[in-house]
Amino acid sequence: MALRIGAGSAWWGDRISPAALNAEKGDLDYLCFETMAEATVSAAQVRKRRDPSFPGYDTWLDDRMRAVLPACLKRGTKIITNQGWINPDGAAQRIAHWLREFGARGIKVASINGGLITDQVLDLTDTILENGLPTATLQPSLVSAEVYLGAEPIVEALKQGAHIVVSGRVADPSVFMAPMMHEFGWDALDHLRLGRGNGLGHLIECGAQVTGGYFADPGFKDVPRPWDLAFPILEVEDDGSAVLTKVAGTGGAVNLMTVKEQMFYEVHDPANYLTPDVVVDFTTTQLEQIGPDRVRVSNISGKPRTPTLKVSIGCTEGYIGEDMFFYAGPGALRRAKLAKQILEERFKLVELDAEEVRIDFLGLNAIHGAMTPPDSAEPYEIAVRVAARTKTREEANKVGREVDGMAVSGVGMTGKRVPHQDRTREIIGVWSSLVAREKIVPSITMIES
Amino acid sequence: MKARLERAAHCRSGDKGNTSNISVIAYSPEFYPCLKEQLTAERFRKFYAGVVTGNVSRYEVDGLHSLNFVAEGALGGGVSRSLCLDNYGKSLSSRILAFELDIPDQLVPLLKGGD
Repeated sequence: MALRIGAGSAWWGDRISPAALNAEKGDLDYLCFETMAEATVSAAQVRKRRDPSFPGYDTWLDDRMRAVLPACLKRGTKIITNQGWINPDGAAQRIAHWLREFGARGIKVASINGGLITDQVLDLTDTILENGLPTATLQPSLVSAEVYLGAEPIVEALKQGAHIVVSGRVADPSVFMAPMMHEFGWDALDHLRLGRGNGLGHLIECGAQVTGGYFADPGFKDVPRPWDLAFPILEVEDDGSAVLTKVAGTGGAVNLMTVKEQMFYEVHDPANYLTPDVVVDFTTTQLEQIGPDRVRVSNISGKPRTPTLKVSIGCTEGYIGEDMFFYAGPGALRRAKLAKQILEERFKLVELDAEEVRIDFLGLNAIHGAMTPPDSAEPYEIAVRVAARTKTREEANKVGREVDGMAVSGVGMTGKRVPHQDRTREIIGVWSSLVAREKIVPSITMIES
Repeated sequence: MKARLERAAHCRSGDKGNTSNISVIAYSPEFYPCLKEQLTAERFRKFYAGVVTGNVSRYEVDGLHSLNFVAEGALGGGVSRSLCLDNYGKSLSSRILAFELDIPDQLVPLLKGGD
């Protein structure tokens, strides 16, 4: 019997109903949630400092668990999730609360800690990968540091009888591979099988991106009923081959194109995709469409894991002030250009001290910037979008204040929104380094509902 | 004949720090040699001039008829620091759809879409 693993989320803001659908109709052995972006841990630390009542785990934890727990309990589906962010123990307690609410007692919930190394990071690491400088140079602005853990601590928790495992930072593919290692008894040093398993994990870690999301292009890549996308399901064999599919009757598509696009997503060298568990080689992969929305994936390769783990280091790096206003109809572009000139002069008058200022014409050049073809047709509507990166909040606030000035002291026929949200945000820059594998010892805490 | 890349291949971009990777995947295996020969890393870098500020590497995955371009310095200093509205560069891959390819006559019937 193939092991059935389904995706429950690909990021913090992901849709929740497809997770419920996978729990109810996916006939899953495991439902796995990935909820973290590069800056998630640092952003959570900043929020916790400002608001001590913030529990430090996925803000959608309640909604996600309420949506899937009843069906998972009924089917016996186990759950692996990295929704713990900076408080896996708190997340486990909260999940146990929901289990009791649904009348389930004695269910084991494991939390995994040991990846947060903020206090030790300057001792445990040497060099910033992005710029070659010593990590010690980050000390004044350091917010948080975490290791990308692999699948091993999750596998250990499953061995100890956990029904639900909640962690902080674990590498995305590892969240989805842990059930394969546990159920098939794969050794942590079996790089052939782990290469296949981690490769498969990578294919479904971004959820709907392999079932027709982030894909449709009308007339070229058409997707049936793209409003009704399901999250992916893997049917894995013990040799590490699998069929990638989704719940029947849903919209979207699983085909060779969606699988290939996702295979290379956020991958640099496809022959050497580094994860904490293994180095994946995708170049040998064989794909075969064996039925509607069913792609067989086989022959992914693996190489021995590296002696180090990746560390993500979050630092405060100043502020971004940002706002926009609008023009339409004949001459929209000429008025937008005059508005840009006015703002540039006013920024001089208020002595805006910025590292970078950007004034774009949304509708013309705000996304592709300098690559925009010079002969592009003039759009009927334009938003003038202004952004500046500064050292202090006071400087960044000047952007919104000068855009306010465009309401009555600007150009004719200017459309302006009344600001109802903070137009200045703090920047958490993320840097990377490496730590010796043996220095990191994850721990497991088990509770029962 | 000349044809836009969008008629022969599909693309997706992903982010890591200040680096964007853009995959270019042939719709049918027959187009792959054209892509491999004509869409060099250097031409790719020139096509993204003004946005990509660093080195471009090209990885070839012959078995899947795909090229993967890794463009350094493509995300305005990195996802969190970037002043670009599309700070993840999710729409960066769409730029390469406009790259012009020379398509041999016998492959023209395989092209997607029409102009």
